[in-house]
Amino acid sequence: MSTVVAVVLLAAVAAYAVFGGADFGAGFWDLTAGGPERGAAPRELIERSIGPVWEANHVWLIFILVVTWTAFPTVYQSIWLTLFVPLTLAALGIVLRGASFAFRKSVTAPWFRRAFGGGFAIASVLVPFCFGAVAGGIASGEVPSGGKAGDPVDSWLNPTSLVTGALAVAVVAYLAAVYLVREARRGGEVALEGYFRRRAIAAAVVAGVLSGAGLVVVRSQARSVFDGLTSQALPLVLATVLCATIALVMLALRAARGARILAVLATAGVVVSWGVAQWPYLLPGSVKVEDAAAPSGTLGALLVAVVLAVVLVVPGFVLLFTLAERRLLPEEGAPDAADPVRPASQSSARGDVAPPPARGS
Amino acid sequence: MGGALGDLWMLAAVNPVPWARAQMAFTLACHIILVPLGVSWAFMTLIANYRGLRRSDPAALLLAQRWSKYMALTFAVGAVTGTVLSFEFGLLWPRFMGRWGEAFGVPFAFEGLFFFTEAVFVSIYIFGWRRLRPWTHFWTGVPIPIAGVFGSVSVVAANAWMNAPSGFTLDSAGHVVDVDPWEVIFNDAMPLQAAHMVVAAYLVGGFMVASVYAVAMLRGRTDHYHRLGFVIPFTVAAIATPVQMVVGDALARWVFNEQPVKFAAIELVPKTSSDVPETLLGRLNEDGTVSGGIEIPGLASWLSDPGTGRDTVVQGLDSVPADSRPTISEVNTVHLAWDVMVGLGTLLFLLSVWYAACWIFKRRMPRSRWFLRAASCAGVLAVVAMEAGWVVTEVGRQPWIVYEHMRVEDAATGNTGVWITFIAVVVLYAALAVTTVLVLRSMSRRFRRSGGFVDHDVPYGPRSPAGEPEPVPAEAPDRTGRVP
Repeated sequence: MSTVVAVVLLAAVAAYAVFGGADFGAGFWDLTAGGPERGAAPRELIERSIGPVWEANHVWLIFILVVTWTAFPTVYQSIWLTLFVPLTLAALGIVLRGASFAFRKSVTAPWFRRAFGGGFAIASVLVPFCFGAVAGGIASGEVPSGGKAGDPVDSWLNPTSLVTGALAVAVVAYLAAVYLVREARRGGEVALEGYFRRRAIAAAVVAGVLSGAGLVVVRSQARSVFDGLTSQALPLVLATVLCATIALVMLALRAARGARILAVLATAGVVVSWGVAQWPYLLPGSVKVEDAAAPSGTLGALLVAVVLAVVLVVPGFVLLFTLAERRLLPEEGAPDAADPVRPASQSSARGDVAPPPARGS
Repeated sequence: MGGALGDLWMLAAVNPVPWARAQMAFTLACHIILVPLGVSWAFMTLIANYRGLRRSDPAALLLAQRWSKYMALTFAVGAVTGTVLSFEFGLLWPRFMGRWGEAFGVPFAFEGLFFFTEAVFVSIYIFGWRRLRPWTHFWTGVPIPIAGVFGSVSVVAANAWMNAPSGFTLDSAGHVVDVDPWEVIFNDAMPLQAAHMVVAAYLVGGFMVASVYAVAMLRGRTDHYHRLGFVIPFTVAAIATPVQMVVGDALARWVFNEQPVKFAAIELVPKTSSDVPETLLGRLNEDGTVSGGIEIPGLASWLSDPGTGRDTVVQGLDSVPADSRPTISEVNTVHLAWDVMVGLGTLLFLLSVWYAACWIFKRRMPRSRWFLRAASCAGVLAVVAMEAGWVVTEVGRQPWIVYEHMRVEDAATGNTGVWITFIAVVVLYAALAVTTVLVLRSMSRRFRRSGGFVDHDVPYGPRSPAGEPEPVPAEAPDRTGRVP
């Protein structure tokens, strides 16, 4: 039963990387979009595309925390005693990000929008870095067993953590850019489509380089994970590389839809490869999943919750994504006399009624 | 002396326990204000939405639509402050989670499930106004309050478990070796505590929203739109208030039976005795005497068990060793918080009676300005009452984090830097609170400037054609948007 729970946990991490990651990555592009004039068009697209689904994505993270503390309490204790610095930063970043984004949508004054936008964007980079660093700290065996605290600094400021942190930022940026390419294409915004395509390709290359660097670092710092990656997880690693490469080619060839699916698979592949590589260990080299697991009553209850989630939440989640995909969830609220009057190009950019004029060239 | 002070400072700066307690208390105190809005506002919005559709009442529809915009904001802020709480279990209480996570964690698995459902449908409802068909859209909102109720029941189940830990077997070393999840969730304290919180969510949420419209009506905005904005939430709260008194009374009796030390703190009972007076205000002194306050002879005994009346024996604080009961200052905090909760609850009940009487006898809401003045305070008072109730249950449980199984000091992190995160969190939350209020107010001003309901302002209506800017609202020349 502990195996099933571990699989569920890994799946949740992968889902968070894929669904939540795209949100964080969008924040990265928001941050790097340049001044208010130049960055206006990409920022508007970003805000629109995050819109309806972002609330729901928080929940993956909470689910991961809940499963860890319920199913593997002692390991949870070790992780949090050791890695409290990046985890605290991540928590503060999540507050800053979520609140800024909500506020930005609700205010109209430009300077407010800019301030909240900045908070949203900076936090969007900080949080994935911290989570990546936490994953790196766990993979490189910095977290001791038995509910004890490891080194509060070295556990996340070591080469593996730094590379995995940077890799997390690059991967989410890549994922977001791929989503945004499609989003721009659907809105008929040719210039923006090219804009995000170039960025998606750049991020893909950076993520590829960082993955390579990661392998080198992991080889010296986290030998057992490296051995896993080159043995039991090898097929997955190869599949991930294949997905990423084809996605890159498709991006270059402007096949946005296929690229998006492959990008999602590649992102999930990175997470799953890591999990499979360190199997059956929860903390590489020290604690096995089955030894860390809670009593069977607890695991059973968790699995019941998971099954209920599949029955109750998944249909809702699918509905949400389908409606968003079919553009039935365009904006908050209804048209209201109190709405700020936006320039025509913005209010029509979605092309709800008539195809909008293409922007730029 | 200076050296001693210096030592004290060093001790305070490094001992994480008081800081961890302070941070948890502070973040929970902030989050709990948003909870009622998350749980009950969607319900009130759906009432307005239903009325808008059923009776073709455009004002009700507009109200529902604007409430959903506010709700989007409060829900988002509540989601992040809630996420922080789930981080704090690890950051502040890793030893608690490490030892009890397999039992305590179970209700959270279900809470996550319901919160997930709620978040999904909140997203659909808030973003679906423009393009979904009206009744379809209404139905996408219905799961929100249902999931909200189940979600808060799950969270409170975890808190109730801390008061009445059950559903686990310990080995000789005190490790949890077996868990009965059903027993964990449906622990002894859960039904009443959960009911108390859910009803509180409707009571507080209702009074909070209604108080905003009470202020507006005092300022002369008494049109149909504002009256609806008052009547819907106030009715919800006025129904919840008497229910809450019954539930609260039952819960107090549960505490009397199952957590006698907490009850002794609530009623300020230093020594076990019968014919215990109900002390209003007053305080417990270091020497174990009670001073100040108004004593109503025998009432505490009588209330604890009307069957035996004034002969009911109430266990005193002295029934357990000093290190297993709240400190003197904690006892005084619990007692004061109890008085505040019951006192404000009674005031809100009287206000609800006034409102109900007016509807019954005059078929309309009270027109008295004094009623509106009281109603505009009701939101804040209800929040204070809820916070006080939460102080009673949490401080009254001290020094235990898991009642009679684990002390708070054994549960906290060993990380000596907690005081830094405490300061960071206070600063961040202060900024968050100020901004939330400012943004809500700027939204409300914007809505007000646009002058309530106007013709083109139709939810579910077609959007204006592409390229044509939406009609410009007349820029309020009447300057009604004066600073409140």
